[in-house]
Amino acid sequence: MSAPKPQELLKVSHRPPRTGWMDTPVEFRKGTWCYPGKPKSLEVLDLPFPRQWSPEDEDWKLPPNWKEIVLEGLRERLHRFRSLQIFMDACVRCGACADKCHFFIGSGDPKNMPVLRAELLRSVYRREFTTAGKLLGRMVGARDLDERVLKEWFYYFFQCTECRRCSVFCPFGIDTAEITIIARELLNLLGLNIDWIATPIANCYRTGNHLGLLPHAFKDMVDFCVDEIQNVTGVGIEPTFNRKGAEILFVAPSGDVFADPGIYTFMGYLMLFHAIGLDYTLSTYASEGGNFGLFTSHEVMKRLNAKIYAEAKRLGVKWIIGGECGHMWRVLHQYMDTMNGPADSLEEPVSPITGTKFENARSTRMVHICEFTADLIRHGKLKLDPSRNDHLVVTFHDSCNPSRAMGLLDEPRYIIRNVCRHFYDMPENTIREYTFCCGSGAGLGPDENLEMRLRGGLPRANAVKYVREKYGVNTLACICAIDRAALPPLMDYWVPGVGVAGVHELVGNALILPDEGERTTDLRGNPLPQPAGAGAGNGDPGGAGAAPRREA
Amino acid sequence: MGMGISLALTVALILVAWAGAAAGLQVVLGTVIPYLAGLTFLGGLIWRVVRWARAPVPFRIPTTCGQQKSLPWIRYAAVDNPATTLGVVARVALEVLLFRSLLRNSRFELREGPKLVYFWEKWLWVAGLAFHWSLFVILTRHLRFFTQPVPAFVGWLEGADGFFQVWLSALYLTDVVVLVAVTYLFLRRVLIPQVRYVSLPADYFPLFLIMGIAGSGVLMRYFFRVDVTAVKELALGLVTFRPVLPAGLSALFYVHLFLVSVLLVYFPFSKLVHMAGIFLSPTRNLANTNRERRHINPWNYPVKVHTYEEYEEEFRKHMIAAGIPVERAGPSAQVGIPAEKEGQ
Repeated sequence: MSAPKPQELLKVSHRPPRTGWMDTPVEFRKGTWCYPGKPKSLEVLDLPFPRQWSPEDEDWKLPPNWKEIVLEGLRERLHRFRSLQIFMDACVRCGACADKCHFFIGSGDPKNMPVLRAELLRSVYRREFTTAGKLLGRMVGARDLDERVLKEWFYYFFQCTECRRCSVFCPFGIDTAEITIIARELLNLLGLNIDWIATPIANCYRTGNHLGLLPHAFKDMVDFCVDEIQNVTGVGIEPTFNRKGAEILFVAPSGDVFADPGIYTFMGYLMLFHAIGLDYTLSTYASEGGNFGLFTSHEVMKRLNAKIYAEAKRLGVKWIIGGECGHMWRVLHQYMDTMNGPADSLEEPVSPITGTKFENARSTRMVHICEFTADLIRHGKLKLDPSRNDHLVVTFHDSCNPSRAMGLLDEPRYIIRNVCRHFYDMPENTIREYTFCCGSGAGLGPDENLEMRLRGGLPRANAVKYVREKYGVNTLACICAIDRAALPPLMDYWVPGVGVAGVHELVGNALILPDEGERTTDLRGNPLPQPAGAGAGNGDPGGAGAAPRREA
Repeated sequence: MGMGISLALTVALILVAWAGAAAGLQVVLGTVIPYLAGLTFLGGLIWRVVRWARAPVPFRIPTTCGQQKSLPWIRYAAVDNPATTLGVVARVALEVLLFRSLLRNSRFELREGPKLVYFWEKWLWVAGLAFHWSLFVILTRHLRFFTQPVPAFVGWLEGADGFFQVWLSALYLTDVVVLVAVTYLFLRRVLIPQVRYVSLPADYFPLFLIMGIAGSGVLMRYFFRVDVTAVKELALGLVTFRPVLPAGLSALFYVHLFLVSVLLVYFPFSKLVHMAGIFLSPTRNLANTNRERRHINPWNYPVKVHTYEEYEEEFRKHMIAAGIPVERAGPSAQVGIPAEKEGQ
């Protein structure tokens, strides 16, 4: 992992080059692209054309009829997706999206302007599928599909994190994520995927999770969290696995059981469920809520997602709770029910603790843990000591997908305000639906892509820096496993001194378990702040001790 | 370069019409071409919208721009993240009538520090709104030529629009606004480097065309007065399918009419269809009720999945050893799983 120094990286010019974009070939510069998918991984899912190849090579070992395959694939998708047709036809190139992309802000590369990213595909669409494009060519922005274009597609469609920020600003709602999703489908028809996606999906298909944890290893990781909880709280928790007859199936992103700092979030989940005596089970088969299929194709997404409902049915649970993860919730919220529903074996979710009916999840029957926890707090069902988080000055990073493909904005904030006493939001045009991506979403998180990730993460980091300087923020809370993996190096690079924590880690710190001993440290083993401040209680937001929440 | 081609094309079109009028081709310019253009416009637009509408919407993918409807005590963004049909109608209406999304527009600067700062960038929104609304009002005012008797609202609109008097005739505010706005839209396309970089000849062309149409209209109304009775005679003839060619219509008028015809033909086959596109955009016209009501994908096909049985078959030994319940106890015949994790 080596990246240029921040001052070097910041020498960004946003002025486009002299050559027109169709005449500027793509350059595969180290640090800005991801390694291609290993053939072994593609084979697990029977994906086409597995082979050894490298983007740096002249010859990508494409099948001889590759052009036909891509154009036929595009034709098919134009018939299947109204979104694609409209997004191909309606753009007026007003440029409102241009500087909304974190990759454009951080890199200055004009093809990272959402409008141009889309034009990469649109130009071929026009050439092949519109009369004007066939007749007038470049005049109307049409060009032939050739290997140069294909290479450009690979580079730039794996340089979009599908965060949908541009879609918020587009007067026609053109969604670059949708375009990228479909462009990646086309690339996958030729076996062009990246390994940071291809290997996790292969793992997920076979072992149930992206990390390839076999059942016993998954259990070991959870047991490790259980031990840690015991060390900190003195409380022994015994989560169950694949238990039939449990009321609820809990599915988290596997990153939370595996890696620091996700494990602290996972501990938070376990402590919460223990505190309220929830009748739930984990599954080793459905041990992944995340779904990198979303970054490959609609079909792979469906193939990986299927196991959640299948497992819920097999175990006979009533409904499902999902952990903190961004793209996972895009799939669960916008795709799962359509793809793999109806969830007839399940019941409409009702909180066994508060009796609240989650009417917004009436059909899908899967509830976000933040919705679940916010409801618990609202009903006074949790004993909380927010002073245990007094050493943390917290801000909250809205993950792209829960913000712009769901609208889960106030639930996590409500939780944070009840478990922490020092919370400050970042400036308004960098949070909620305007939130900036971590720069590593949609499968772009490998180390070989570090420079691009740091560039893409600049706008997010800069907003954190603002609240760090203004309020002394030292903790960036989030509800996404990719964030928990991607934000720590981003913070170390741009805003040293800011840690990253899941919202349920903060809950775990503040939560008073019924049978706990005296805690001297937080979940990470950091000493608790002295002296312990105000006692337990369910402080409403804005209650005693709450710090100013919003800066001007 | 793109700009030059488009400008040249527009000038050429003007000259063609001028020459045609001079050469006595009034029948072609005043009847044949307008009819063909009208037909192409209608046919093309219907074809386009039908083509869009025929493609299914397999997934419900609204871009949510505010708090979702979840727990009853959390106030949700009923318009920006609609959960009802009414909310969706309001959202689309705000987009169509007020360009809601464009109003959010911002501009960033990267300063020393480093420090990113953002500014509210309202001028594109202002100009876009002024441009489209002026065009709409002007188009509506033109109903005076196509109707007999003229509907009352056209008169009211003219009264409101022609608030200022210049010489003896009313100066229509919209005439001024549309020219200013179209000039602004043109200038920003040329002057903002990023926007210029993405601009195609196909982006400049409609701007020049509209400048030509508005310019010729203004000239006819305020400077080289056209015989409006004759214009009305021709227009009424066209819409009642009893075309007449009144004498005394200037070449300027035929230039105006010809450019309008070209715009009509150009419309369905170009980005100008964005007008229709916005109504059908799946990120804006769907309610965010994804988990509440199942959305049906008409082409949802079965896929190959890795079943639990296959999974247990492969890992049974490990599961039993770890105390994880299994469906079929007893060691499987097939073992031999690599024990190492395949981390990334």
